[in-house]
Amino acid sequence: MHVPDGFIDLPVSAAAGVAAAAAVAVSLRGARRELGGTTHAGSSGSNGNYGGYGGEQTAPLAGLVAAFIFAVQMLNFPVAAGTSGHLLGGALAAILVGPYTGVLCISVVLLLQGVLFADGGLTALGVNILVMGVVTTVVAYTLFRVLVRVLPRKRRSVTVATFLAALVSVPASAIAFTLLYAIGGTTDVPVGTVLGAMTGVHVLIGVGEAVITALTVGTVLAVRPDLVHGARGLSAPLKLKVDGELVDASPDAVPASAASPRPVLLAGLVISLVLAGFVSSYASADPDGLERVAADKGIDTAVADHASADSPLADYGISGLDDARVSGGLAGVIGVGATLAAGTGVFLVVRRRRLDTDKAGEAGEESVRA
Amino acid sequence: MSTGHAHKLYRHGRSPVHLLPPHCKIAAALCFVLVVVSTPREAVWAFGLYALLLAAVAAAARVPAGFVLRRMVIEVPFVAFALLMPFLVPGERTEWLGISLSVPGLWGAWNILAKGTLGVATSVLLASTTELRSLLLGLQRLRLPPLMVQIASFMVRYGDVIADEMRRMSIARRSRGFEARSVRHWGVLAKSAGALFIRSYERGERVHLAMVSRGYTGTMPVIDEVAASRRQWAYAAVLPFSALAVRLLGWSP
Repeated sequence: MHVPDGFIDLPVSAAAGVAAAAAVAVSLRGARRELGGTTHAGSSGSNGNYGGYGGEQTAPLAGLVAAFIFAVQMLNFPVAAGTSGHLLGGALAAILVGPYTGVLCISVVLLLQGVLFADGGLTALGVNILVMGVVTTVVAYTLFRVLVRVLPRKRRSVTVATFLAALVSVPASAIAFTLLYAIGGTTDVPVGTVLGAMTGVHVLIGVGEAVITALTVGTVLAVRPDLVHGARGLSAPLKLKVDGELVDASPDAVPASAASPRPVLLAGLVISLVLAGFVSSYASADPDGLERVAADKGIDTAVADHASADSPLADYGISGLDDARVSGGLAGVIGVGATLAAGTGVFLVVRRRRLDTDKAGEAGEESVRA
Repeated sequence: MSTGHAHKLYRHGRSPVHLLPPHCKIAAALCFVLVVVSTPREAVWAFGLYALLLAAVAAAARVPAGFVLRRMVIEVPFVAFALLMPFLVPGERTEWLGISLSVPGLWGAWNILAKGTLGVATSVLLASTTELRSLLLGLQRLRLPPLMVQIASFMVRYGDVIADEMRRMSIARRSRGFEARSVRHWGVLAKSAGALFIRSYERGERVHLAMVSRGYTGTMPVIDEVAASRRQWAYAAVLPFSALAVRLLGWSP
């Protein structure tokens, strides 16, 4: 659903507009790289042949992809007894054509919907682009890249990663909307109610979105795997049989990795810090579903306290701080930091081990040659 | 396709509003909506005057009221949301026909309804008096990046083609006895979506090659440069400035 005029106040709308403009500007440069000749040179397929033309391929391809997103949003998926839903397309665009082109295409679709169909207000355009274009695409693509890297290099794991990325991207956009609402909402509906209602509904929508996106990406993967941007590194390099042994067709044609992941990772880090530090302080202080059920049924009387119950972060608040919001927010930020540190540590260890085995292999080859 | 290059939302005419350069109209519409959104919700009469101003523009453009109202159906989901607000918002309550409603909730609902409706009406008037292509040219004159404008114009040009392609696929499915009734049929629909993506992308590649072979270098030449005279700017500025006057009169410090 598109945000209309007057729902978010002017300063926040203006700030969102500036942020959206910046995101679109970055995407314009990134999309040239994604759709231009250079990244295609490494991938196989008919589109790999016109490298060297540079970025002028961008406009026709991105335009047609935007038209596709626009059309696919009209495709109705029956849910049950007369009701039906449609695809939002953020995760689909990010995985099929890459994050930058995805942001660009969704922004163009939203711009034309706002100006032509009066769907979404003119002053709320920035909010709409930020919430429905940038957040869904960036969240989906970040999660997708991480999952594809972690899961075994198979076609099936691309489908699994697509499913999870699309599933998370929709509630993430609902949370982003709630964040903007918390800062600049013009109505007095309590933020907790908005967060609960938005996330609850959007988790359901996310399940549908995830199933359809995974099925669609699976179809494209079966027919034209070279068109799926997110699965580019997964194709096996072309080998030729020369004198009875397999050699790489072109040794320097390493599978084209996506553009540098650093901006995407940084954006993900900033978003998770903001969510953890700011939004969590507004989150419901009621016990969550499981704790509630446990308390109602009397299960929890037998539960011993967790081993880290008296750690400084127990129950997501910092002891020694009285303001519940500040302490909750700080606990969120520290939690994100700790998770990041642990994750980075694991990643570095794994990578070092892989490098070591590679080196050992090379050393072995060299000794054989010598 | 029988309508030529005009889109369904455009209503052909030669009124003074139709003849204004597109970038003047876009700027005027945006400024008008900005003024409306910045008005405090307690100034109820100001919103009435804004609606009168829009009605005057519609009359000058000879766009019938029914046409505008029919197009405003797009707003319905938010109306439903606004109607829920008096029940959701905590705070001071008031009795109306025996139902307990919250006062801040009523103000919130009014705020969304008034501003949202005026915004939608403005967009509808803009789209029905401006041709699609000149709308894009106007956006380019207003310093939207040329690449973005190109992408948007490709989307506009090929939107109907892709939608028709989707319709043909739907006819093909139905002529083979397929009827989407429940979640079990998602697989078939998703395969169609995947096929549609491949067809769209490959069409993009073909369009690009065809354009390159005709000398396309990445920029589109601007053939019909639309420049606005000072008089046209002044004429377009009447709407936002009269709204601003209303806004300042309604200022309550």
